[in-house]
Amino acid sequence: MKLRANLIIGGALFALAILVGLLAPWLAHTDPVMDANLLNAEEPPSWTWWFGTDDQGRDIYSRVVYGARVSLTVGIVSQLINSVIGVALGLSAGYWGGWWDDVVNGLTNVMLAIPSLIFALAIMAVLGPGLTSLLIALGLTNWSFTCRIARASALSLRSQGYVQAATVLGYGDLRIMTTQLLPNMLGPIVVIGTLGMGSAVLSEAALSFLGLGVRPPFPSWGSMLSDARDQITTAPWLSVFPGLAIFLTVLGLNLLGDGLRDILDPQSRSRRT
Amino acid sequence: MTGAPLIEVEDLRIDLDDGSRRVAAVEGISFRIDRGETFGLVGESGCGKSITALALIGLLRQPLSIGGGAIRFEGREIQQLSAGRQRELRGNRIAMIFQEPMTALNPVSPVGRQIAEMFVLHKGKSWREANQLAVEALASVRVPAPERRVKDYPHQLSGGMRQRVMIAIALACGPDLLIADEPTTALDVTVQAEIIELMRNLCAERGTAILMISHDLGLVANVCRRVAVMYAGRIVEERGSADIFRAPSHPYTQGLVASLPRLGSRAALGRTRLKEIAGVVPAITNFPHGCRFNPRCAHATDICRTTVPGTDVLEAGGLVRCHHHA
Ligand SMILES: Nc1ncnc2c1ncn2[C@@H]1O[C@H](COP(=O)(O)OP(=O)(O)OP(=O)(O)O)[C@@H](O)[C@H]1O
Ligand code: SF4
Ligand SMILES: [Mg+2]
Repeated sequence: MKLRANLIIGGALFALAILVGLLAPWLAHTDPVMDANLLNAEEPPSWTWWFGTDDQGRDIYSRVVYGARVSLTVGIVSQLINSVIGVALGLSAGYWGGWWDDVVNGLTNVMLAIPSLIFALAIMAVLGPGLTSLLIALGLTNWSFTCRIARASALSLRSQGYVQAATVLGYGDLRIMTTQLLPNMLGPIVVIGTLGMGSAVLSEAALSFLGLGVRPPFPSWGSMLSDARDQITTAPWLSVFPGLAIFLTVLGLNLLGDGLRDILDPQSRSRRT
Repeated sequence: MTGAPLIEVEDLRIDLDDGSRRVAAVEGISFRIDRGETFGLVGESGCGKSITALALIGLLRQPLSIGGGAIRFEGREIQQLSAGRQRELRGNRIAMIFQEPMTALNPVSPVGRQIAEMFVLHKGKSWREANQLAVEALASVRVPAPERRVKDYPHQLSGGMRQRVMIAIALACGPDLLIADEPTTALDVTVQAEIIELMRNLCAERGTAILMISHDLGLVANVCRRVAVMYAGRIVEERGSADIFRAPSHPYTQGLVASLPRLGSRAALGRTRLKEIAGVVPAITNFPHGCRFNPRCAHATDICRTTVPGTDVLEAGGLVRCHHHA
């Protein structure tokens, strides 16, 4: 099997981001919050300060490294919530049909009609800023695509011989959904999930930029960008490095999603075998 | 054990609701199968064999529904059972092998797991025990090296092997009745014979009754002790397998028997064309009045076009539904 470049590069970028987040205490040079020192405020990048320092003299490199934790936690956890909601609703709607299908369809259409970031903003406004609110807001607002795909897959899989065979063999609905339908639709769900993680990382940045994200002084890439707003001309390194971190992570997730689509797509899979 | 037959179908009607009206897809279906017995249901495509089988296991879904009559399993009416009780029967007491063996296995699950699932589902076994039983089940359908084969995915197996796996799954819980709906149509002739032989032997060993469904009278009569011939939603003749070849009574059955190649006959050697029954099977919404075979029947008279023939008991044993039967 030929591994595609987008899969390798995307996977490597995503793995790098995860490693950085996991190993932050060892990779960081200083404590991202406590080690403020006005004596070396707004130093440009150098051998001592790889990514420079901010107006309180905190090491940007260390803050970017720690920031990976927030961005990835939000990206991964909120997308997992979205995937679980989307699959549960879409799968059951496609399999059962009837009034439940109508309800889920209506709900999905509403979700698709409201831009998810606006919806998340509204939820954040109610819950207040913070990591938990971020996870809830982003986890509840981006499941409609997963739901659509799960529903469409369930509809087409429902008439497959092995699903009917399972009914004949006395499988209950739940068992059919988990053993016959879910494993056979996992490919597209994983692809959408990967791409969704990328957009969740971006949404986190956007919400934090608006001051609704993780509470300062703990760093997230979005809140660092937000803090750097006023110094973008005088100290551009304050925005460049967190921006680059967001860019590379999202790029990696998108490439990974594309690469996974190439190998998980049933059509390209049947071409291989 | 009671004296009741294993399964008894009485005057069953299945309605097809096409949105505007109900038509009977099958009607007046009656038969019984005793424990360990082999019974065949034969008829042309679309005559209602599969939906009759689905009715037996309580799986008719819209637009099809039971419109009348009764189905009794060990004396208890299936329609009276709750959905949960019906589900407990399926796969456990009544199992079914499918028309398309190629697609009846889950492509992303190892075959051993699919067999084991039956023990977990119906017998409350742990996965560890169930996996062990799955190996034994694969061995019983004569799959070589079953300890290794349980880990295979369906696409790694040939059509014949897959059908053996299907049989292993169906017989896993030791059902009392095995319904085999065209179990071998997708297989080539030699494999077909092997599979049929295997199924017959296993069921005979375990005392499992067989309801075999096919359009192939020769195949069914070979496996089953008794055969019912269906035409356009009704059973037209029910006989012992030997009798139906020796002296078919209904004109449609006579046509079927005449169209079978006989061993060593000119037709079997491909020198003459087989005698076919002229005409086409009527559409479900457009069944003729009276006897539904009358447009194609050489013996048809006026009464055939107006009055539905009743079921007559033959002196030689068996039932036939024809005004002028032999
Ligand atoms: N889900 C359904 N919706 C509408 N009509 C149906 C449905 N299932 C079966 N029918 C109709 O009921 C009749 C009997 O179908 P059935 O599948 O029992 O035929 P069969 O005897 O098994 O034929 P075959 O040999 O082709 O399998 C057919 O005319 C068919 O068109
Ligand atoms: S009832 Fe009449 S039409 Fe029908 S099979 Fe008998 S002879 Fe033929
Ligand atoms: Mg059929």
